Amino acid sequence: MTAHRLLALADGPLAGAAFGNIIVACLLALAVATFWYCRKNEIWWQALVEVFSRRRFSVLVLSLYVALALADSVSWVGGGGGEADGVLSHEARSLVDRFFSGSTEKSYSSPLAAAEFYDKTPLVRSRGHLLGTNILGQDVLYMTVKGARVALLIGGLTSLIAIPLALFFGMVAGYFGGRVDDLVFFVMSTLASMPSILLLIALIMVLGQSTVSVCVALGVTSWVSFCRLARGETMKIRELDYVVAARALGVSHAAILWRHVLPNLLHLVVISFVLLFSSLVLAEATLSWLGIGVSGSWGQMIAQAKDELSRDPIVWWNVAAAGVAVFVLLLAVNRIGDALRDVLDPRTLGEGR
Amino acid sequence: MLAYIVRRTFYALLVVLGVLFFLFVLFFAVTSPDDIARRAIGDKALPQVIQQWKHVHGYDRPLWPGPGHATDNLFVEHFERMLTFDLGRSDADNVPIARRIREGAGPSLLLTVPMFVFGLALSILVSLFVALFRETYIDRAGVLISVLLMSIPMLLYIIFGQFLLSKVLRWFPLSGFDPEPAVVARFLALPVVIAVLSSLGSSVRFYRTLFVEEIYKDYVRTARAKGAGEFRILQGHVLRNALIPIMTDVVMTIPFLFTGSLLLEAAFGIPGLGSLVVDAINANDFSTLRAMVFLGSLLFIVGQVLTDVSYTIVDPRIRLK
Amino acid sequence: MSALLEVEGLTTTFPAGSERVPVLRDVSFQVRAGRCLALVGESGSGKSMTALSILRLVPRPGRVEAGSVRLDGRELTRLSVPDMRRVRGREVAMIFQEPMTSLNPVVSVGRQVVEAIELHEKVSQPAARERTLGLFRRVGIPDPEARFHSFPHQLSGGLKQRVMIAMALSVRPRVLLADEPTTALDVTVQAQILELLRELQAESGAAILLITHDFGVVNQLADDIAVMYAGRIVETGQRADVLRGALHPYTQGLLRALPGRAQSGERLLEIPGRMPSPKDVPAGCPFAPRCPEATPACTAWAPRFTEIGERRVACLLREDRGELG
Repeated sequence: MTAHRLLALADGPLAGAAFGNIIVACLLALAVATFWYCRKNEIWWQALVEVFSRRRFSVLVLSLYVALALADSVSWVGGGGGEADGVLSHEARSLVDRFFSGSTEKSYSSPLAAAEFYDKTPLVRSRGHLLGTNILGQDVLYMTVKGARVALLIGGLTSLIAIPLALFFGMVAGYFGGRVDDLVFFVMSTLASMPSILLLIALIMVLGQSTVSVCVALGVTSWVSFCRLARGETMKIRELDYVVAARALGVSHAAILWRHVLPNLLHLVVISFVLLFSSLVLAEATLSWLGIGVSGSWGQMIAQAKDELSRDPIVWWNVAAAGVAVFVLLLAVNRIGDALRDVLDPRTLGEGR
Repeated sequence: MLAYIVRRTFYALLVVLGVLFFLFVLFFAVTSPDDIARRAIGDKALPQVIQQWKHVHGYDRPLWPGPGHATDNLFVEHFERMLTFDLGRSDADNVPIARRIREGAGPSLLLTVPMFVFGLALSILVSLFVALFRETYIDRAGVLISVLLMSIPMLLYIIFGQFLLSKVLRWFPLSGFDPEPAVVARFLALPVVIAVLSSLGSSVRFYRTLFVEEIYKDYVRTARAKGAGEFRILQGHVLRNALIPIMTDVVMTIPFLFTGSLLLEAAFGIPGLGSLVVDAINANDFSTLRAMVFLGSLLFIVGQVLTDVSYTIVDPRIRLK
Repeated sequence: MSALLEVEGLTTTFPAGSERVPVLRDVSFQVRAGRCLALVGESGSGKSMTALSILRLVPRPGRVEAGSVRLDGRELTRLSVPDMRRVRGREVAMIFQEPMTSLNPVVSVGRQVVEAIELHEKVSQPAARERTLGLFRRVGIPDPEARFHSFPHQLSGGLKQRVMIAMALSVRPRVLLADEPTTALDVTVQAQILELLRELQAESGAAILLITHDFGVVNQLADDIAVMYAGRIVETGQRADVLRGALHPYTQGLLRALPGRAQSGERLLEIPGRMPSPKDVPAGCPFAPRCPEATPACTAWAPRFTEIGERRVACLLREDRGELG
């Protein structure tokens, strides 16, 4: 059993319905925990409020995307649709699927058109497709909305796994130094020496193109930069007077890491998470262009533009929808990231004002 | 300082070995030669056919060193060959990979060198301009535009660039490549423009931050107290200090001038090293992919060593310990 | 002697939220040629900001709102930017507290002094270099030729500060603003630097505005004292007069708190409370909340200056001793 097949097998259940529901539940729990932590910590709460008030629009946009992604992750079997839609009775469908059921045509149609684009046969849902349909007749708005889940999965989930791992190794390497540090640093250097796009391609060729393997590949190529950051900061924190004092008093390593080192790294974690999200979504778009991306992503929709824009007359709505979706998400995330970076400046977080 | 360079180079060599090991594990253990064969000839192929394919492509030896075949195995061979730059032949069409690389390097450079030079010059000029007007609406607009430019994936730049400037306005040809000196610029103009534009956002953001940080430092205040004007301060003081991190950032990217840009070359039909990789992906050509990753890594490592060394030379604080 | 540098009613503000908060309120004092005025106060009292305001180097978004700064009769606050640049360094020079960060780390110290000369005078490179070497010798930098090419990080704190002084005095300014020039140095080096400043002042007849929080430094160099509190001047006078018999309760409190004055075994007297930040300065006398002599009138009305001979003090309770200024 090679990794390739293993991961492809895993993709079935893992990217499917049950997994989606579990993930949603976990994310909600995580959100509640974060909220509670911020409530307790005055400085973080103030920072959050500050960012929210500065970037109200971006936060709103991001919340919309998150809501759509969540809607597409919660799925169950049964109810609605049926044979007419080509849906099998045991297939789990999400909220988004159900909302858009019964909207498949035969092929291209332009936004709000009454007939097909090229041969003029009347549409099943005349004037019902806000953004038109793609080559398979799928409603473009539907595909765009579904893409939100893929984007957040790629960006968010991968970061959620990569960053804590990088944080752990970085802290351990920076704090303990010596052999441990040598080893971690060597592994980091080796991975970092391989140009990430090439490494990404190599990993995907080897691991296969399932959603899970793409996420794993993205994770492997992106944990190094944060690990380096965490390691550097930990080395600085280790030399601070109060940490040295704590050691002298006999406080255990674990306690120091948890109580002194970790809180001082949290602002970096938040900022890196946001930045990583952006770059992962962009990376996936590149992979789709090269033909090895995740299916159903906006990148894939954009990649189809290669053909669509050279048709006559041109089919523009597919790439426009996906392009705008990606652009708006990245813009919102980048704006929030900028604001976070300004607000979470260690000078304001460290000793209060 | 010589001792530092020696140590740094030695560590770089260690990393090269690490990379080779990783590549071996990835390309031979995580996916076995059998898999590679099956992907090339088909899943349902008979064992004899697979064995035959493996023999032709040199994969029919034991994987790891073991009793009786301490050196006659893929592991040792992999290291030996890569380190002597014996890159082998393509899994897809058996053409020597080294030859392909030689042919592809030229077009890649023709694309990346102008991209690099224009990109750098433009980024620095724009960042200086924006930094000069810090805290005013020019600065805010500049930052906003940079963030906007950064949020557009390269893909969209390519698509819209090709669509707008090539199809609609007909200023440039859509794609293609002709190495004739007289016409080569026409084919490279659009990809270079797109490349510069897409990286402008993040560069300006980064450089601007560097410049503004320097401007707020104490020694700039001293220079003002001496009676220096804004222009002199920017050119004589801020630039000199900010150029150190900028330059090290830039030296880092020089090796990549060779590997070219995958997306751009694929989209514009430029037969460089990037296209070589894309073709390898489409053809499931693992040996070419292996060679390209190794080459890329080597260049990257060389770039890192150069960067570290140049940092010690350029910054007097480090040069004169 | 008429004053070389006259500051009157200087008010500098910074934005805080939607309003502007003054960090300097109505600051007035005079510095005479050949004499040294020590501007004394705690951290945050506005001393450095005063010097920066004089040179119009207040960092954005702060700005000088009101007041006048006259150099030998010439009004500096209304000069055009190019004219002000000609004043900076040439007529009014400034040296700073932290020599490590105040010198450009990637340019040799010799070149930085040469730059100071080149900005204001048309001299050839070799001539500027010669002058720099001469200055290095004068300020006591050993082996000037070698040191010319050194970078700041290669020099000790004391040497760096000497470089700063050489740089500041290279075009023979008439006024020197010294912002805590010895705070970052060892005590022994401190004495040497102050001695150097005294000699240079005697030679050139320049006026010095010395900003410090250290009375030891005041004793070594100052002829006159001006005491600042919460952005205001509260007392001025000749050094000996003020140190012997301070008039303002704040000055008295400061002097009482000096370790040298305490009896051994006694507890050091400190002024209770803390100086308010510019946002929280109370109406009336800013020192009233902490003043042992405060009366209800003190919180109601801000005191004006009372002139007692050459001395001035801003305290309601001293108004009977002199004339209101």
